[in-house]
Amino acid sequence: MESTIQGRVYKFGDNVNSDIIIPGRYLIYIDRERLAQHAFEVLGEGFPAKLREFQILVAGRNFGCGSAREQAATAIQGLGIQAVVACSFARTFYRNAINDGLPIFECPELYPDVEEGDSLRIDLAASKIHLADKQYAFPQLPDSVKKILELGGLANYLKTQLAGT
Amino acid sequence: MGFTIAEKILAAKSGRTSVRPGEIVDAYPDLVMSHTATWRSVSVMQKVGATKLYDPDRLAVVLDHIAPAKTEKNATDQQVSRNFARSNGINKFYDVDAGIAHLVLMEAGHVAPGDLIVGTDSHCTIYGSLGALGTGIGYTEVASVWITGKLWMKVPDTFKIILNGKLPPGVYSKDLMLHLIGSLGADGCGYKAVEFHGDATSGLSISERMTMTNLAMEMGVKCAFVPPDAKTEEYLYGRMEASKCYQPVSADADAVYEKELPVNLGALGPMVACPHEVENTKPIQEVQGTRIDQAFLGSCANAKYEDLEVAARILKGRRVHPNVRLIITPGSKQILLEASNTGVFQTLLEAGGMFTNPGCGACAGDGGIMADGEVCLSTANRNFIGRMGSSKAEIYLSSPATLAASAIKGVISDPREFF
Ligand code: SF4
Repeated sequence: MESTIQGRVYKFGDNVNSDIIIPGRYLIYIDRERLAQHAFEVLGEGFPAKLREFQILVAGRNFGCGSAREQAATAIQGLGIQAVVACSFARTFYRNAINDGLPIFECPELYPDVEEGDSLRIDLAASKIHLADKQYAFPQLPDSVKKILELGGLANYLKTQLAGT
Repeated sequence: MGFTIAEKILAAKSGRTSVRPGEIVDAYPDLVMSHTATWRSVSVMQKVGATKLYDPDRLAVVLDHIAPAKTEKNATDQQVSRNFARSNGINKFYDVDAGIAHLVLMEAGHVAPGDLIVGTDSHCTIYGSLGALGTGIGYTEVASVWITGKLWMKVPDTFKIILNGKLPPGVYSKDLMLHLIGSLGADGCGYKAVEFHGDATSGLSISERMTMTNLAMEMGVKCAFVPPDAKTEEYLYGRMEASKCYQPVSADADAVYEKELPVNLGALGPMVACPHEVENTKPIQEVQGTRIDQAFLGSCANAKYEDLEVAARILKGRRVHPNVRLIITPGSKQILLEASNTGVFQTLLEAGGMFTNPGCGACAGDGGIMADGEVCLSTANRNFIGRMGSSKAEIYLSSPATLAASAIKGVISDPREFF
């Protein structure tokens, strides 16, 4: 994981559920690219392609609610999204994102100030998000969780654990 | 200061004497459920180069979504899961004929009060109907628990919901849950545990409790509990594996709750969740008359025997409206068997319903897909856009009674006139 994440924002509302992120009929795939082709497609034609122009998703409350499907996090990564910043996450999405190596941040203060196309810089070491000349703090992840994210996800983490024993 | 059920279970499963909300523990689940997603966890195991399971007896594998296989890809994936179960000596393996994992595992006696259960499905919360802590995780994490036996868990705060009074005729725990989800919102209990208390709780059947702890997921809970009582004992009697002793876990009288919420069941009426979010609930009066093309009596929320029986009572001697297709997907083979023994199966068929094989069925986008502009009334737990086929179709959610009344009339209808 890079120490800074930078990019343009696409903004969603509240309660974006995992059926919207990736419909159930595509759960037969686990490959990032394939999933990304259908990510958010229920929101309208051309949506997956459009989202590829952005690097950071910003969302309201309860992002990723509903199904525990891990492919929701995988599909977002397949779109080339580097991070998701939301007011809050549903717990299954939160875990899946970390386990898939997708950086996520809870920062409700940012939400009202940011608009589609804005440029954000997320400074991981300082736990700060920069939007133009404003700064927003987000809570640090617990160390055990950070470790999984740093290694790019739970599978890599397991691999290193198994190699060590 | 005492402890809640979630705190007690998480302490016991992480070898601690006590834990408090916010703490992170390494917990060892008693059961790891994986359903149709099993092959994905197998692929993770291969990817990380692991060959040994922490304890094969803690695994349960049930092939429920899209069962039997619809495509060659499904068949191959199921073959991977089946081979994995066989070669690792997984005794709790249930093939495509068994039904929905949650219901199958409870029926088979694999779920006991006080257990910690994780699985590849968000509605694992349903295990709280028997006093177990059930919660969903992804397939990579399931593989991790298979290998290491444990996972990190944050101890949640608990909300106490106090149920008083009695549900009026024609009103069910599904209506209670739609009422709660509508008033608290899709994240109204985000990251929280929920405990149902109050005089009315002991009067609710295990089937009603399953609906409650299942639907609780739709307000964002991590887990939900109905504290075990005489009804729980009765359900478990003869089902539990002989070797398994369990300690029912109850909350202390002085447990600390973040919030307490009283609900008078007597004041509730039938509720309907409107497209495309479960929290978008309305009293039946505001939606009755809405045309429906399909009625789906299915899912882990409401396709238990009692649910089929309620629908059969209303449909007996009546006919499904000619413009409606009534699809009944029993939650498990056991349920289908019971329905066929008691005549419920015949009643529903004679009324014009059709049966599909037990499993998730249309709830997982299997048989019962909707076309553009069509409307489905469903007893499932989710009405998200595109979940049952076209993203231009609409899904409404209700109790089995409301579903049966509506199937007869061809429009969403109040079931109370049939009582
Ligand atoms: S019946 Fe529906 S909600 Fe229940 S496990 Fe199957 S797909 Fe999920």
